Amino acid sequence: MSETTPLEDPNLAIQPPLDNPVMSFLRQERMPHIWCPGCGIGTTVNCFTRALTDAGVGLDRLAIVSGIGCTGRVAGYLNLDSFHTTHGRAIPFATGLKLARPELEVVVYSGDGDLFAIGGNHFLHAARRNQDLMVVCVNNFTYGMTGGQLAPTTPEGASQTTAPFGNFEAPMSLPYIAEAAGAVFVARWTVYHVRQLARTFKEAFRRKGFRFIEILAPCPTLFLRRNRLGDGVDGVRVYKERSVIRDGADTRTIGLGMEGEIVVGTFVDRPRPTWLEAMDAYYQKVFGDRYRPVGGGSHVEG
Amino acid sequence: MAGNGTSRKARGTVFVRPELCKGCDYCIEFCPTDCLEFSPNFNAKGYHYPTLARPEDCTGCGLCGLYCPDFAIFGMRFQEIEAMRERLMARTQNEGGTPK
Amino acid sequence: MTADPRGVLTGVHFLDGDHAACEGALAAGCRFVAGYPITPSTEVVERFAGRIPLVGGVFIQMEDELAASIAILGAAWGGQKVMTVTSGPGLSLMMEHLGFAAITETPCVFIDVQRGGPSTGLPTLPAQADMMQVKWGSHGDYQVIALCPSSPQECFDLTIRAFNLAETWRAPVFVMMDEVVGHMTEKVVIPEASAIEVVERRWTSKAPGQYRPYEPTPDGVPEMVRAGDGYRIHITGLTHDERGYPAMNPQHQDRLIRRLNDKIRKAGEALVDVREDQCEGAEVLVVSYGITSRVASAAVRSAREKGIRVGHARLVIAWPFPRDRIRALASGVRGVVVPELNLGQMVQEVERSIPAGVPVLPVDHAGGTVHDPDAILQRILEAAR
Repeated sequence: MSETTPLEDPNLAIQPPLDNPVMSFLRQERMPHIWCPGCGIGTTVNCFTRALTDAGVGLDRLAIVSGIGCTGRVAGYLNLDSFHTTHGRAIPFATGLKLARPELEVVVYSGDGDLFAIGGNHFLHAARRNQDLMVVCVNNFTYGMTGGQLAPTTPEGASQTTAPFGNFEAPMSLPYIAEAAGAVFVARWTVYHVRQLARTFKEAFRRKGFRFIEILAPCPTLFLRRNRLGDGVDGVRVYKERSVIRDGADTRTIGLGMEGEIVVGTFVDRPRPTWLEAMDAYYQKVFGDRYRPVGGGSHVEG
Repeated sequence: MAGNGTSRKARGTVFVRPELCKGCDYCIEFCPTDCLEFSPNFNAKGYHYPTLARPEDCTGCGLCGLYCPDFAIFGMRFQEIEAMRERLMARTQNEGGTPK
Repeated sequence: MTADPRGVLTGVHFLDGDHAACEGALAAGCRFVAGYPITPSTEVVERFAGRIPLVGGVFIQMEDELAASIAILGAAWGGQKVMTVTSGPGLSLMMEHLGFAAITETPCVFIDVQRGGPSTGLPTLPAQADMMQVKWGSHGDYQVIALCPSSPQECFDLTIRAFNLAETWRAPVFVMMDEVVGHMTEKVVIPEASAIEVVERRWTSKAPGQYRPYEPTPDGVPEMVRAGDGYRIHITGLTHDERGYPAMNPQHQDRLIRRLNDKIRKAGEALVDVREDQCEGAEVLVVSYGITSRVASAAVRSAREKGIRVGHARLVIAWPFPRDRIRALASGVRGVVVPELNLGQMVQEVERSIPAGVPVLPVDHAGGTVHDPDAILQRILEAAR
């Protein structure tokens, strides 16, 4: 315990069991986590767990699925039913899990390389089908776990170990892809925007269908340092300076570069039937009472 | 509060687990009332961790806890702590036990 | 327990192997299939897509075989019995999830309707050239169970068995069909649901807190739970400890990987099924599997008419390879003949199983059609000399 900030406050007659509220959501026996000093992933986990409390999500009915990479480790640290799957395939795993047990709330939590390079095709089709998944992408513009290689989100000009003279490829704008593919809810924040992010998570929990939240997070070890952009805190400071909140912004206009505006906010919010709702409705029309929904139809309302 | 001539009074406080801290500086940098500083001390891993340098400025807003990527710090308003204490009192009295 | 009658199409049918395999899956309780179209396997999922709305379950056509092969694993952890169906090129894409299924001990069934390869090869013509791929195609040390039907009736029967074995051993189980057996139409008898034995998942009776996802029972197989029941499990493809947490060191690697392999390798008679025909006192032994067994039977009959004592051992379970049984059957014979629709795959297992000095005569075939029985007969005659 620190000399000035004890967990136990001597002025209180009865000591409340004070612990960081996030701890009750974590597998504490696995702390400290593997993320580097100044990495933003842990910050996103705080906001996520805050939303779980605020939205009143039943934790025993919540499952979290990750792919491979630094963000892929989130599943293993959250004290939920959690699945650390193969590289790029968190979304199809989550699709199977959700459709096998529709009463589950299934969240996919992974990185930009995992979800949009190796897993890009799955993202497109899950969004198109409107699978009832919340997909969280921590975008740190690089492959952290393997040592700082070029990612589909790496801005032009940024140096990476596999683009040692700077990136000449055009990066992907994730909200644009998500909207075009059919996501019903699309938002972007940075780890600077902790309160907004927690609120957006909460809003996303109150919706159904394919919901996508991009979170820009600093990778000090492999992106910032290599590009002489300082430490994690410098990265977050830049997010603070460059960000502009623009809800409903046209996703065609919000691509990211090494400089310029970072447009954040909720860009898309448009309900439509999920894959399972569409199947149920369709087959009820075709087969009437003879149709048997999955699991006896516990997910079917009314 | 500081600028209007009245004496400042803390409305909350922070709690730190130094052993989890990796010294990233998020909490210090983004504290809205600038009440945190690095401790001169090191934790076991060699990082300076935050300490409440100006407790009178702390509002207990909890933003430090939301920022901390290592789950090493969180803040609370005294009101919240008091409410927790009362809930705990009520519970221990109902159960007939003694508070820990 | 016995089959849920909702999935059982009791009666006498005239079905091809693909359709019969689908009925086997439904009878076994499979209620989740994810697939991707590929010749000559697609009829299995086409039938499933048509049948499942009235049975109660999900069919989803995914965007590729990687997606299909992991969607089923997600569904298994959601509590369903699951299957995917493919052929050569798709099987190649599924290899990573074969490994993920093995290390996470997720019960699942893969149907592989084999066609000529490599690559796009012969999409509409048969082969048996994926036998080694299913055993060795994913990286690392793992075991699979592989069943080889030689008729539509067996496609039905062995698909049910595949599901039962997947649940018993919590391992990936393959039904190794081929284009001919998949497309051949014959009589298929589907019994009453009450006559179909179905193995339930090894659900734990332990409470959350007491349960550890990878704590083995005496036969080496851990008990299972599904997501959403309050156990807060962690499942990872990383080497893990009994809690399911990553434990990446030589000690945990040794313990986990040996257990995963030993639970199958040391299962003994439970995973041996060799159908033996006049093997006692034989001078020549024919070892065959799948569609080739039917062709080999014709050759064996011809050889017997010529006065040669030929035994015929048909591998219904090809993996784990019944090494002890084949060694026993081969001792005392003058030669072992191994016909297969590839350039020599399971013959290698035969070679390393049998006593030294017994010659092994492969009857290889690049695929595209079945063997000429005469080619097998010539090898039998050669072995008998």
